[in-house]
Amino acid sequence: MCTLEQRGNLFFLTLTGDNEHRLGPTLFDSIRSALAQVKSQATPGSALITTAQGKFFSNGLDLAWAQAAGSSSFRDRLSHLLDCFKPIVADLLSLPMPTIAAVSGHAAAAGFMLAISHDYVLMKNDRSVLYMSELDIGLSFPDYFMAMMKSKISDPAARRDVMLRAKKVKAEEAVRMGIVDSAHDSAESTVKAAVLLAEQLSGRKWNGEVYAEIRKAMHPEVCGLLGLSHRAVVAPRL
Amino acid sequence: MCSLEKRGNIFILTLTGPGEHRLNPTLLDAISAALSRVRAESSMSSALITTAEGKFFSNGYDLAWASASGVFLDRSKLMSSKLRSLVADLISLPMPTIAAISGHCSAAAAIIALSHDYVLMRNDRGFIYMPELDIGIKIPDWWFVALIRSKIGAPRSQRELMLRAAKLTAHDALNWGIIDSAHNSTEETVRAAIRFGDELVGRKWDGHVYAQIRMRMLADVFDKIGCDESVGEVSHTRSRL
Repeated sequence: MCTLEQRGNLFFLTLTGDNEHRLGPTLFDSIRSALAQVKSQATPGSALITTAQGKFFSNGLDLAWAQAAGSSSFRDRLSHLLDCFKPIVADLLSLPMPTIAAVSGHAAAAGFMLAISHDYVLMKNDRSVLYMSELDIGLSFPDYFMAMMKSKISDPAARRDVMLRAKKVKAEEAVRMGIVDSAHDSAESTVKAAVLLAEQLSGRKWNGEVYAEIRKAMHPEVCGLLGLSHRAVVAPRL
Repeated sequence: MCSLEKRGNIFILTLTGPGEHRLNPTLLDAISAALSRVRAESSMSSALITTAEGKFFSNGYDLAWASASGVFLDRSKLMSSKLRSLVADLISLPMPTIAAISGHCSAAAAIIALSHDYVLMRNDRGFIYMPELDIGIKIPDWWFVALIRSKIGAPRSQRELMLRAAKLTAHDALNWGIIDSAHNSTEETVRAAIRFGDELVGRKWDGHVYAQIRMRMLADVFDKIGCDESVGEVSHTRSRL
């Protein structure tokens, strides 16, 4: 489901298998446990790279699981999935190190959210798209999705195109829209660029707690909705 | 004052006549009535296009009417209240909305245009213009500014519009990220709006979900649309401070 690997200061979280990496109860547990491990092993100079195998980064929540117990349970199961996703977003926002999403395939709905919950988003420039599919499916957005979009995508027209037009955005356009940091030719070169960036950031040897507090302060609305408080003072290196 | 036409699933609301389409209570009521009809008559995936005849899209509030002796504040309050109701209507409309700016578009009319999801404009004549600074009237910051900031992200673009009172051609507005596209004439602008409207209608979105998403995106505006401090309509929350 997902693997965690450490190479020097860099942690690699990989969504494994050539499938849609649908976010359901099992994958959530797997990711949470990996992030907990990353957090416990963090040192100044650590960095996280999240990537995936195959054609998909993640195609969103496991709606098949949500539908599996019959239509009367769908809403409850969907709610449950959205509740399970919150701690993962919270963990990423409070991770004491820089985080980089190497988006090597399609990222839709919660998969798109997962990607932009990282500090840096690098993306493969081919037919892969970022896509908030909710409007097409007939679902509205949970409050923390809306808050994250507002916080990460500053241009109102870009936000409108993503959320109110359900636009399928390829890497180069995503860069122009300010959603993605850079576009790369292949999955390998995307990961390579992520590693290069991670090494640069790692070399700054930042205090992870300070990093996390600054990051949280930059996204006050999302943090509020996720129940993340932040502290003003950590040990300064003066 | 305004007409409502339906072409397939596209509603076209037109401010009629050759004049300035000043937003006095009568015109504001007519537009609101048209929007009620749009809601009532839309059965499935629809879209709204708002445009106007003549040289002006609209030149804003009817200040001449408001300036009759002794009634300025009351009349301003009335127009503000009706405008806010209209904008709330537009923002909660269960379908995509497209403004096809057909000429000069000032002040409160610019607010109406910006209340649409997409803004197209003719590039051969007409300005978008917030004249408040030039005529010495404060821009209602509680809700005009909230709307402008929700739709125009770049601080410099906001400054051009509000703090420089720039008269923006379609070309300027496009560069500043204020409109979505510019077209050669009113007819071309409306045609492009219809083509685009058809495309959006073809997505077969659930209008209520669409409206919900839009309202959440514009939550800041909704929070503030109940009041307008420039005509003395004060928020009860604020007055508790």
